Amino acid sequence: MKFWRLPLDSEVHSIPHGTVRIIENRCKGCGFCIEFCPNGCLKQSKRFNAKGYHPPEVVSYAEDCADCGLCSLICPEFAIFTQLDEAKKITESDILKVSTRYSRKDKRYVKS
Amino acid sequence: MGKDVLTGEHFIHGDAACAEGGIAAGCRFFAGYPITPATEVAERMARRLPEVGGIYIQMEDEIASMAAILGSSWGGVKSMTATSGPGFSLMMENIGLGMMTETPCVVVNIQRGGPSTGLPTLVGQADVMQARWGSHGDYGCIALVPCSPQECFDLTVAAFNFSEIYRLPVFVLADEMIGHMSERVVIPRKADLVIVDRPQPKVGKDKYLPFESSSHMPAPMAVTGQGYHVHVTGLTHDERGYPVITDTVQERNVRHLVDKIRRNAEKIIRFETLGIEDATVVVVAYGCTARVARQAVENLRGKGYKVGLLRLITIWPFPSALIRSIAGRVKAFVVPEINYGQIAYEVERTAGGAAEVLLLALMGGSIHSPEEIEEGVAEFL
Amino acid sequence: MRVRCRKLQPFNKEAADDVIQKDHGLHPDDKYLKPGRIPHIWCPGCGLGVVLTTFIEAIRRKGLPVDKCAVVSGIGCTGRVAGYLDMDTYHTTHGRAIPFATGLALAKPDTSVTVFSGDGDLFAIGGNHLIHAARRNVNIKVICVNNFNFGMTGGQAAPTTPLEAKTSTTPTGNAEAPFNLPAVAHAAGAVYVARWTTFHPRQLVHSISQSLDKKGFTFIEAIAPCPTGFGRPNKLGSGLEEMRFYRENSEIRNGIDPGLAEIKLRGKIVVGTFSDVDRPDFLENYQNNVVSKVLSKGDKPGKGRAA
Ligand SMILES: Cc1ncc(C[n+]2csc(CCOP(=O)(O)OP(=O)(O)O)c2C)c(N)n1
Ligand code: SF4
Ligand code: SF4
Ligand code: SF4
Repeated sequence: MKFWRLPLDSEVHSIPHGTVRIIENRCKGCGFCIEFCPNGCLKQSKRFNAKGYHPPEVVSYAEDCADCGLCSLICPEFAIFTQLDEAKKITESDILKVSTRYSRKDKRYVKS
Repeated sequence: MGKDVLTGEHFIHGDAACAEGGIAAGCRFFAGYPITPATEVAERMARRLPEVGGIYIQMEDEIASMAAILGSSWGGVKSMTATSGPGFSLMMENIGLGMMTETPCVVVNIQRGGPSTGLPTLVGQADVMQARWGSHGDYGCIALVPCSPQECFDLTVAAFNFSEIYRLPVFVLADEMIGHMSERVVIPRKADLVIVDRPQPKVGKDKYLPFESSSHMPAPMAVTGQGYHVHVTGLTHDERGYPVITDTVQERNVRHLVDKIRRNAEKIIRFETLGIEDATVVVVAYGCTARVARQAVENLRGKGYKVGLLRLITIWPFPSALIRSIAGRVKAFVVPEINYGQIAYEVERTAGGAAEVLLLALMGGSIHSPEEIEEGVAEFL
Repeated sequence: MRVRCRKLQPFNKEAADDVIQKDHGLHPDDKYLKPGRIPHIWCPGCGLGVVLTTFIEAIRRKGLPVDKCAVVSGIGCTGRVAGYLDMDTYHTTHGRAIPFATGLALAKPDTSVTVFSGDGDLFAIGGNHLIHAARRNVNIKVICVNNFNFGMTGGQAAPTTPLEAKTSTTPTGNAEAPFNLPAVAHAAGAVYVARWTTFHPRQLVHSISQSLDKKGFTFIEAIAPCPTGFGRPNKLGSGLEEMRFYRENSEIRNGIDPGLAEIKLRGKIVVGTFSDVDRPDFLENYQNNVVSKVLSKGDKPGKGRAA
């Protein structure tokens, strides 16, 4: 997915942004949140939690979290959720990010 | 809305009297499955409950019927079902759930001859031990045995009251003879009926323990929609209702279920006696058999024999202390029952060898004649 | 007889409350969960927690007050759902959640009664209750978590186990054909029938919300991974791999005849909302056909009738 210019209605839209919260000791390391986060915000950490699993952690481009809520919905352990931060206006760099983000993820989602 | 207490004199059979007793006691939900000789209870309920704002539902089987009345009881509605042997067997697992979750409700069993399909239309009294031990595991139970249509009414009311006080399914163990017998039944005025409703919690959600076990009484019962968010489970549970699968919690849980009946037995037990003070032989009988036994005892007493009658109204809890107290001063107990020995074993056990016990057994399909009982008693005169 | 028992250890409410304080309230869903009950007992990678979360989300979206909700479960891994929710919850006997819920829903018509149970519970031992509750159109919402086996007892065959699938009691492959759950529920009379997998949490939330709006018997099948009982013998891999499988092999077909939604081992999974109709529920029929007729007959309640 590539945009060749800033969408004309970018003024009226904003990108929600979330902060990911992980309750590490509840995680059983199933990997659902990591696998299915549409923005690839999460990865498995190297740490062990109290149960002996590797909880997820937020990757360096954490600002990508759009507070879509999928991770908290798909987590079977009530171990992860997000909090809505301030929404921001769409900028040209966001558009660029959208394209890279999708190519980072599963190839099936990249339409070119 | 129709009248819930049909004050006045009626000529009705025992099944109908059970239904009227239930409605008078406040029952507003009946779930059942037709079975002879208990069908007439359901039929009466189907007609009467909608008149008084209640619901009758015919379920797909007795398992469902028992489960449904537990559900409606937790919905805050007094509930009952009625069945006979085969259905009683099917109900057993959920009777256990009712015991474990301390759910008030009433189960009427109009006994017929068994085992299996047995004698669908004829009398039996062989579900007595099943009522006591039918569901797996340990629990205390209450079973009331009417000996007339009048008592079907009275004891169904009493069964509801016991179920609300002690929070458990209570059995009314009638039999085909009583269920199908029509007699005069006097229904008292509503104001003269003693009706007990389950106590409600008086503390807030964070203080309330729905399965409190420290006293020998059940906790007040918070039902659906009162904001207490009780978890009700058939698993071994702590006082909050949370499942805890440990021996220490099992110890508290099960002992509470047994002790709330065992320690209150004196308050629950009901019986009737005739001439046991001077008796050398006591006939112990219940249900339809007690009617014949009374006749036999009266005949013998008329002839000057010192014979007494102990008619059991509650068979569970069993009046062990009473039997023990009589046993020392009588020669024998004669126990007529329509089975091959159930209550007779209890009598023998509690008499502890102090008196002889003679079982007058019938396998079902007919009742004893007074002469049969008199002959049995005569062995000891 | 004299009796000697072990000394009782009394219940210590303070200690129990302490445990609760430690971990409760960290997650926004915690306010829908009974204090001190998480972590739950389910295996890593089990889909049950996902279905539970979607139920909570649906309740939240509908803004349903928890005092007006009750959940009834049978026995099984899924049967444990009830025990985690902070509302009036009932963990009944194996297969009997639906008749219990029937009694509850009729006694408390203002309460939204949801039955949460497993495929074995609802379709093997409890199958008869399910079809009859659907036929009567009792106002209960059924969420059936289908993991294609008996999870709790260690992975035996269920009435949903696909032909040829391996379980601990079908070591060479299942010789029986499975039920197609939405087709059974639909045929029996459910007014709302849907199927999703745990890979479709948003759709599940949507379907559960829709069913909460309906009056009558609704049925939602939630297909969920059971890596322990079903995944392992059938070499389906971890819960995550089963989820990936759902992603690759689910086909959304709303509105199709649920009879066409059969599931085969490693075959595609047709998901969607299959039917959504309206017909009077049990209580409405009871009111119209029984109560109003009885009352219109006049106020002569069974006066001394010899029945
Ligand atoms: C009457 C009775 N029979 C058998 C069992 C044992 N049992 C417990 S759970 C279960 C199967 C549960 O399977 P399912 O409903 O699919 O739930 P899951 O564990 O897969 O979520 C069985 C057979 C029981 N508890 N009660
Ligand atoms: S809220 Fe959405 S975008 Fe943010 S981490 Fe969770 S799944 Fe990813
Ligand atoms: S979904 Fe939950 S349990 Fe699974 S890895 Fe993520 S945080 Fe851990
Ligand atoms: S056995 Fe299966 S259904 Fe049960 S908790 Fe484990 S994964 Fe879940």
